Amino acid sequence: MLKTDTIVVNMGPQHPSTHGVFRMVVTLDGERVVNVDPVVGYLHRGVEKLAERGTYLQFMPLTDRNDYICAMNNNLGYAVAVEKLAGIAVPERAEYIRVIMAELGRIVNHLILVGFLLNDLGAFFTPVLYCLREREKILDLFEMASGSRMTCNYMRFGGVAADLPEEFLPRARKLVASFPAFIDELEALLSTNEILVARTRGVGVLPADAAINGSITGPMLRASGVRYDIRRVEPYSIYDRFDFQVPALEHGDSYDRYMLRILEMRQSVRILEQALAQIPAGEIQTRLPKAFRPAPGEAYARTESPKGELGYYVVSDGSGNPYRIKIRPPSFINISILSQMSVGWKVADLITILGSIDIILGEVDR
Amino acid sequence: MWDLVYDLFPKISQALNAFLRGFLPGWGADLAVIVLVVTVLLLGLAALFMVQTWLERKVIGRMQDRFGPNRVGPLGMLQPVADGIKMFTKEDVTPLRADRLAYNLGPILIIVPAMAVYAVIPFGKGMVGADVNIGVLYLVAISSLATIALLAAGWGSNNKYSLLGGLRAAAQIVSYEVPMVLSMLTAVMLAGSMSMVKIVEAQGGLFGLGWYIFFVPIGPIAFLIYFTCGVAEVNRAPFDIPEAESEIVAGFHTEYSGMKFALFMMGEYIQAFAVSAIAVTLFLGGWQGPVLPPYVWFGLKTFSLWFVLMWLRGTLPRLRVDQLMAFAWKFLLPVSLANIFLTGIGISIVQILTK
Amino acid sequence: MTEDATITTQHIVDQLGSAFPQAGIEPVAAKDPMVRVKPEHLVEVATYLRDQAGLDYLSHVTGIDYSDRIEVLYYLYSMKRHLGPLALRVSLSRENPQVPSLVSLWSGADWQEREVYDLLGVVFTAHPNLKRILLWDGFPGYPLRKDFQGEPEPPFRHSY
Repeated sequence: MLKTDTIVVNMGPQHPSTHGVFRMVVTLDGERVVNVDPVVGYLHRGVEKLAERGTYLQFMPLTDRNDYICAMNNNLGYAVAVEKLAGIAVPERAEYIRVIMAELGRIVNHLILVGFLLNDLGAFFTPVLYCLREREKILDLFEMASGSRMTCNYMRFGGVAADLPEEFLPRARKLVASFPAFIDELEALLSTNEILVARTRGVGVLPADAAINGSITGPMLRASGVRYDIRRVEPYSIYDRFDFQVPALEHGDSYDRYMLRILEMRQSVRILEQALAQIPAGEIQTRLPKAFRPAPGEAYARTESPKGELGYYVVSDGSGNPYRIKIRPPSFINISILSQMSVGWKVADLITILGSIDIILGEVDR
Repeated sequence: MWDLVYDLFPKISQALNAFLRGFLPGWGADLAVIVLVVTVLLLGLAALFMVQTWLERKVIGRMQDRFGPNRVGPLGMLQPVADGIKMFTKEDVTPLRADRLAYNLGPILIIVPAMAVYAVIPFGKGMVGADVNIGVLYLVAISSLATIALLAAGWGSNNKYSLLGGLRAAAQIVSYEVPMVLSMLTAVMLAGSMSMVKIVEAQGGLFGLGWYIFFVPIGPIAFLIYFTCGVAEVNRAPFDIPEAESEIVAGFHTEYSGMKFALFMMGEYIQAFAVSAIAVTLFLGGWQGPVLPPYVWFGLKTFSLWFVLMWLRGTLPRLRVDQLMAFAWKFLLPVSLANIFLTGIGISIVQILTK
Repeated sequence: MTEDATITTQHIVDQLGSAFPQAGIEPVAAKDPMVRVKPEHLVEVATYLRDQAGLDYLSHVTGIDYSDRIEVLYYLYSMKRHLGPLALRVSLSRENPQVPSLVSLWSGADWQEREVYDLLGVVFTAHPNLKRILLWDGFPGYPLRKDFQGEPEPPFRHSY
């Protein structure tokens, strides 16, 4: 007559592995997860409302603070949307600079993800510190160009805020040239590690049709076997000029989600090599009127942020302030499938699955 | 002169005993020396804990491409002192509705067995607290007492993470006890004794290099099994499941603060060191070794194993609970049983040949 | 490639009008192909688009307050055929904005519809769990509405 009961554990908002102020109300049967109820909103700042109060350009710094790991990609997404709305052309050099920054941002994001995923798996900070070391070098580049390491606020409508300093390109080339060796080193440490494989292989499988149905995008979708990358499907900026592959894996488990990030970093390096070799001299900014007032209209533009489809829906009423800006946040939508993925697994797997989804609370809560 | 250095600590104790006998009755002098030795040992363990934490932070720091502590004192060596002051001055919080008895008993119960283990470990020739003839049995009995401490802490804290941690700890320690004891049996069988001193002495062949780990294949297998189980027994990476930070915050010691928390840490580190020391005693020849004094050999070997423990922590991610259990019951247990079998056959063959 | 996609979505738009004559399908002039649908017919039109036209991916659900009406947008793409976008729009009254939920078609609509409900007050009927998501329960008003006024009371009273 043994009676067992489930317990409800309130993981977060202060928990080492919820990557910020994310909360999961987890029902456990022993170690097994019976139900997960994600609770978000602790970092809600009303960014979309704030957008309506300022001018178009004043919203640019706020995009930095959505996905603060890769601010450049957010800047790019917003700039592309407003350019589509107002029909602004971007000079050649600025497009190259944007691609360079976006791909560096992608590498930064994936480094952070891989490092902290290993932390979630229980490695004592070693992989994450190796990753952060490389990230620092990229942040140095960001600082050289934009003056800021994380909240860059670098893109402008029709260009970028400032031209690259003279020593930027040589340093970036050096970094990119040395980067494959670092990825090899990281892979030697991690990819075939038996514990890592045992902990992630087959864990938290997301089938392709469930991923599409759940509006999942980005590396998570591609790890489930859907080769869908907006840089390829609907090229924005000048991504159609570069030769790169869109990696996709088939299992859709946590290991594939980890592996896909590694593969994507290699592709980003490829794009960077080409962009750094081809970047032309010239203007970096299209001249815009001092008071920027796009004609009334609406536009949705989407970009492939490191976490998935990052879109901005911008509505203009002809005044200097945006009438409405809607952010389509990749991690907010990707995280919504968490409970579906993690029921039936152990607590430890729940943390791994959460880590492999790649969320950032600034973007989830906005 | 070399004799003095070689047997430094036993000589000191003898000289002290002789000096005290000048004005104390014989039993009084013996008692005084024993009390002194125990005091030195306990203080030494506390100091060892400080050295361990400093060393671990420094070594893992290097492994992670950073400096580690380097602000307090030369090379950050006074960092543990600063930590100690911080621990002592922190508020000691007891959670509301905690089971106070269990909660307060936890840290005490973990430190006592951790220190009691050292009673039977021979640090050098003639340097053993008590040469018990069932030393190995004593070790096993004492070190598994820690389970009770962890359960008490986990239950008493009135915290779900603590409870999960305590239960994980109990399951893990009980499971790993079995292959651990079986692997220890190999050394016992080879030496023909359960006394730690006798086991070390039996490894004295080949100019002090007749260590059991060189008895291929049984020695290395038994050593690896023992060491693996030892790591699991003291909840260190990659088996740190009971206090898995990324999952259950800090496991059974989530709710502890100040000195109680420090006692938990101390218990764990001293236990981890004890695991290294026992592995050295049983399989790496204890204090046996050529040229250098015995206590130096013992220290060298034990700190090398401690380095391996730090190295594992700096490298490996953590296993999952069920994988951990499967590893103990499905792999380690059969292998250690087979190893005992092999050892028996080997011993019989040697006996027949030498008859 | 982009042009091809536009032609095909245009084709789908044309078909929609004949397939659902009573659904009030009416193309909207915009930068992306966009049609307006009556809220009552949203689910059947969306089902048709997902199953017959192959637009299997709901990119986002957006609510906009136009001061005289509230509109909800659904951006659809095809992941398999790399089509899209095709946007569906529904117009709702500001007083009683109600629209059927699409969670039964796309599980990805779940949190997005909750967000629109949370910030704009659009009620998605038949939504399995229509609760506030970013703001706390009991938050007064819907902040993304144009007539939303100022700061509400802080949710927790400070004790210091």
